Amino acid sequence: MVRQLGQTTLGIVRDTGDFTLFCGRAFMSLSKTRRLPRRILRAVYEQGAVCLPVIAIVGVFTGLVLGLQGYHVLSRFGSEGLLGTLVSLSLVREMAPVLAALMLVGQAGSAFAAELGIQRNTEQIAALETMGVNSLGYLVAPRLIAALLVFPAQAALFVVLGLWGGSLSGSVLLGVDSGVYWSAVERAVEFRDLRECFLKAASFGVLTTAICAYMGFHADRNTSSAGARAVSASTTRAVVFSSITVLIADYVISSFFI
Amino acid sequence: METTDFALEVEGLEKGFDGSAVLKGVSLRVPRGSIFTVLGPSGTGKSVLLKCIGNILAPDSGRIVFEGRPLRDPAAREDFRKRCSFLFQGNALFDSLTALENVALPLEQTTSLGKVEIFKRSLKALQQLEMKDFADRYPGRLSGGMQKRLALARAIVTQPEIVLFDEPTAGLDPLRRNAVFSMIAKYQRRFRFTALVVTHDVPEALAVSDRVALLNQGRIAFEGTPAAFAASSESGVALFRDSVDALHRTLAAIRSEQPATS
Ligand SMILES: Nc1ncnc2c1ncn2[C@@H]1O[C@H](COP(=O)(O)OP(=O)(O)OP(=O)(O)O)[C@@H](O)[C@H]1O
Ligand SMILES: [Mg+2]
Repeated sequence: MVRQLGQTTLGIVRDTGDFTLFCGRAFMSLSKTRRLPRRILRAVYEQGAVCLPVIAIVGVFTGLVLGLQGYHVLSRFGSEGLLGTLVSLSLVREMAPVLAALMLVGQAGSAFAAELGIQRNTEQIAALETMGVNSLGYLVAPRLIAALLVFPAQAALFVVLGLWGGSLSGSVLLGVDSGVYWSAVERAVEFRDLRECFLKAASFGVLTTAICAYMGFHADRNTSSAGARAVSASTTRAVVFSSITVLIADYVISSFFI
Repeated sequence: METTDFALEVEGLEKGFDGSAVLKGVSLRVPRGSIFTVLGPSGTGKSVLLKCIGNILAPDSGRIVFEGRPLRDPAAREDFRKRCSFLFQGNALFDSLTALENVALPLEQTTSLGKVEIFKRSLKALQQLEMKDFADRYPGRLSGGMQKRLALARAIVTQPEIVLFDEPTAGLDPLRRNAVFSMIAKYQRRFRFTALVVTHDVPEALAVSDRVALLNQGRIAFEGTPAAFAASSESGVALFRDSVDALHRTLAAIRSEQPATS
C-alpha cells in the first residue's frame, strides 16, 4: 500500500519532470527550425480557423444563458441594470478563456495528439530525425507559438459574441434597455480584466498544446496497449489531462488576480 | 587500413527488448565508398542493427564509430545525421503529404535552397525512380513497390554520403529490383558514397556488393567478400546461400512420394 503510493508519487514526479524537459526542448528547437513562419501560419490555420464555428456557437449561447439567468437573478433585487456588468465580467474573466480553451482542446488538441500518435507509430517521427530534421521543432514548436496567438484571439471572439448573446437575451428578449446594458459593459470591464483574460487564454493555450503534443509524441511509451489502441488511449489522456489542467490553472491564475 | 578508412565501425553491439537479447555482440566495419550487404534470416535483428546505427534505437552496449568518431559524441552524431540517410523497411513515408512533398521535405527543412531548386531536385529524384507521374499522389494511394521507390527517392534526394538501406528491393519486380541495385552501384561510382544494405536478394547482393556479412541469431556468422561468401563451406552460410538447391531437393522429395490414391 505504502509502496504503491510511493511508486505513484515517484511516477508523477518523473512524468512532470519529463514533461517539463519536453516543453523546454520544444521551445529550444525553435531556433533550429527552418521556414518557421510558414509552419506557424499553417498551425494557426489548423488550430484557429477550423475551430471558429464551434467557438462562435458556444460563445453566443453562453452569452444567451448568462443574459437569461443573470436577468432573473438580478431582477429579484431590482438591479437588472447591472446585467451588462454581470455578463461582461463573467465572460472576460472566466467563461471566455476557459470555455474557449476547452473547446480548442476538444477540437484541435485531440486531433493534434492523434496525428502525432500515428506519426510516431508509423515511424514518421523517426524518419524526420534520421533526415536531420528536429522533430519537435518541425511538429510541435510551431503549434506552441500558434497557441499563443490562437487561444487569446478565440477568447476575444468568444467575449464579443458572448456579449452580443447577452444583449440578445437580456435586452431584446427580456427588455433591459440596450443603452443601459452596453454602458454597464463599458464601465465594468477594466484593463486588468482584459489582461487576466488574455493571460489565461495564452497560458491555457501553451499548457494544453504541450500536453497534447507530449501525449501524442510518446504514444509508443504506453505499455498497456499498442498500435491504434495506443493512439486512441494517448488521445483520450491528452484531452482529459488538458481539460483538468485548464481548470486547475484557471484557479491558480484567478487567485493571483483577486 | 587505418581506422578512418572506414565510414562506419560497429564494435560489440548489443541490443535486447524486454530482457530478450536480439543483437548479441555484433561487430563490423564498413569501408568508405563501399557497398556492404547484410544478409540473414528473417527476425535475426538486421533491422534492429540498422536502427541502432541510424540512431533510431539506443544500443544497450557497444560502440558505433563514424569516420573515427564515436556516435555518442553529439557533434559526431549531428554530422552523421547531416550526411547519412535511412531507408526504413516500412518506408515511413509522411502519409499526409504528397509524393513530391515527401521528397521535398528533407530539402526544405535541412537546406537553404530556393523553392524552384527544391522542386527541380525533388522531381529529378522522383524521375530517377520512375515515380514522376505520381508526384501528386498521397502515399496511401500508391502500390507497395511504388511506396518503396518513393521512399528511395526521398532517401537519395539530399545526396547523402552514407545510406542505410533496409530492404530497398522488397516488393519490387525483378526489373525494378535490378534498377535499384544498379542505381546504388552507379551512385557508388559517381559520388563514392557508402551503402549499408540489408536485403534478401542473395544473388543480386553478391553481384553488387564489395563486402557481405551474414547475421544469424544476433551474431555475425560470416563477413567477407562476395567471392568468399560464394565459396564458403560454413554451414550457416551454405544453408542460406544454397536455399534454391535445398528447395529443389525438397520438391524432388515431395514429387517422388506416391500420390494418395482414393
Ligand atoms: N521495437 C521492438 N520491440 C520489441 N522487439 C522488437 C522490436 N523491434 C524488433 N524486435 C524484435 O527483434 C527481433 C529482430 O527484428 P528485426 O526487425 O531486426 O528482424 P530482421 O532481421 O530485420 O527481419 P526481417 O528480415 O524479417 O526484416 C525480432 O524478434 C523482433 O521481434
Ligand atoms: Mg528487417
